[in-house]
Amino acid sequence: MLSPEIYALLFKALLDTLHMVAVSGILGTLLGLPIGVLLAVTGRGELLQNLVFNRVVGAIVNMTRSTPFIILVVAIIPFTRLVAGTSIGTTAAIVPLTVAATPFIARIVEGAIREVDRGLIEAAQAMGATPFQIIRKVLLPEAMPAIALGLTLSAVSLIGYSAMVGAVGGGGLGDLGIRYGYQRFLPEVMLAVVVVLIVLVQIVQSTGDWIARRVNKRNLKS
Amino acid sequence: MITFEHVEKTYPARGAGAPVHALTDIDLTIERGEIYGIIGRSGAGKSTLLRTVNLLEKPTSGRVLVDGVDITGLSPAQLREARHSIGMIFQHFNLLSSRTVFDNVALPLELAGVKKAQIKETVEPLLELVGLTDKRDRYPAELSGGQKQRVGIARALASKPKVLLSDEATSALDPETTEQILHLLADINKRLGLTIVLITHEIAVIKEICHKVAVMEGGKIIEKGPVFDIFAHPKHATTHTFVDPVINRGIPDSLKERLSATEVPESNIVLRITFTGERATSPVISAISRKLNLDLNIWHGQIDEIQGAPFGTLVVEAIGNPQSIEAAISLLKVNKLGVEVLGYAVPGNLRAAV
Repeated sequence: MLSPEIYALLFKALLDTLHMVAVSGILGTLLGLPIGVLLAVTGRGELLQNLVFNRVVGAIVNMTRSTPFIILVVAIIPFTRLVAGTSIGTTAAIVPLTVAATPFIARIVEGAIREVDRGLIEAAQAMGATPFQIIRKVLLPEAMPAIALGLTLSAVSLIGYSAMVGAVGGGGLGDLGIRYGYQRFLPEVMLAVVVVLIVLVQIVQSTGDWIARRVNKRNLKS
Repeated sequence: MITFEHVEKTYPARGAGAPVHALTDIDLTIERGEIYGIIGRSGAGKSTLLRTVNLLEKPTSGRVLVDGVDITGLSPAQLREARHSIGMIFQHFNLLSSRTVFDNVALPLELAGVKKAQIKETVEPLLELVGLTDKRDRYPAELSGGQKQRVGIARALASKPKVLLSDEATSALDPETTEQILHLLADINKRLGLTIVLITHEIAVIKEICHKVAVMEGGKIIEKGPVFDIFAHPKHATTHTFVDPVINRGIPDSLKERLSATEVPESNIVLRITFTGERATSPVISAISRKLNLDLNIWHGQIDEIQGAPFGTLVVEAIGNPQSIEAAISLLKVNKLGVEVLGYAVPGNLRAAV
């Protein structure tokens, strides 16, 4: 049904998407995780209460999150050029994807950490733990199941976002779908792109669920 | 071991409300090796008081000395160091769900930077002490409440503390498990000479293992002393409400109906005699009856054991001439028995009531 060239394009597009999602996901986690932790521990009545920091960072995170992604991509083009040297292509697309993923992941991590039972923090304090030890030995391990699910959600969102950067020359599955499926009116290409995306999301979600189950020791059968 | 000096804790007013005085002028000394119980209803301030010992709650004023060191005057680093020698167990155990039993007990040692091999050497005997050797690689979710608290106790002991703070440690457990955990605590107290401060709202816990008790209400200590004395002679009304249900000092309702507060013609005096310690077993009553030619009609009697010492109450109606009764009361007092006039038995109802 599809010509070999289309298959080749589809495969290349899949690799591009995976590349963009993986790199921006990892960068977003590396940046978002510490920001999320800091947001959680600097809140009112928390371990390292610092309301000024909390409000300023919180406001920046909110600004980024309230900007529609397609507008964010265009708005930060100068920044993208500065970082990636270009504003077109897969590598360039990683910049806005990371910028969008970071605050998203930060909020997810913040929420996961706030859910950790306060009694555990108190117990650790009573043992003479430093705030850093509490974060590393108590908060992060205890929040890990929720963080794993949150990162899965982020990855799925990034797959969706990565299709949007296709619209501004980012490459990947979305780009293929728009150019071949829509603009050249090849519905079978569009269908193939959608199917690949569905399968991809399923795989990511199942893997994430599996990891979250593995790290969750709360509902073990005795 | 622990001394509270004029400890106050005031929470600032929220909005238009008045500031909350959680603790008011607390003075208390807890000796080395004691099990000291602090009892009170919820909101009495007992939890706040306990948390001033490891400064989870910072007193607004006053000092808390632990082993001679004023804990309120330490730098953050010194405080963390001091906390290594103060273990704490909690009502809801506060175990890390992501760590196995072994790793939970190892946590305080990890935090203190102890080497792996040495951690193993410390943790394994502790697991044996609390009877959980076979559960070492299990996660808290796989344990019962009692087992979780055992992990909590082992964890609290891991850093070889001098003091163990127990925050309602048995309140989430069923009576049987409570008993086991209390015995474990008493055993640890004896074996390791550990000072234990526990807070509870259950008088049974105090009766079971505490040497001394302080009763709290409204942020103040209203009564304190050896458990036996407090149980035998509670002074404050609140103490009565705690002690009376476990020490049956009352008299049956059927007899209450015969009791008149004032003397009426033909009535006999009704006395409550309390026996404490070794006097609970000496035959004072029969001696008095014989010597003074008094008839003692026993209404109600009970012997309890508090901290291994017998404690008895006897309610009697004394029938005889007033001089003999007067003499009997002073003789009982000379013998260091508690005597209390409950009222006068109304003769008319005698048959109806018996």
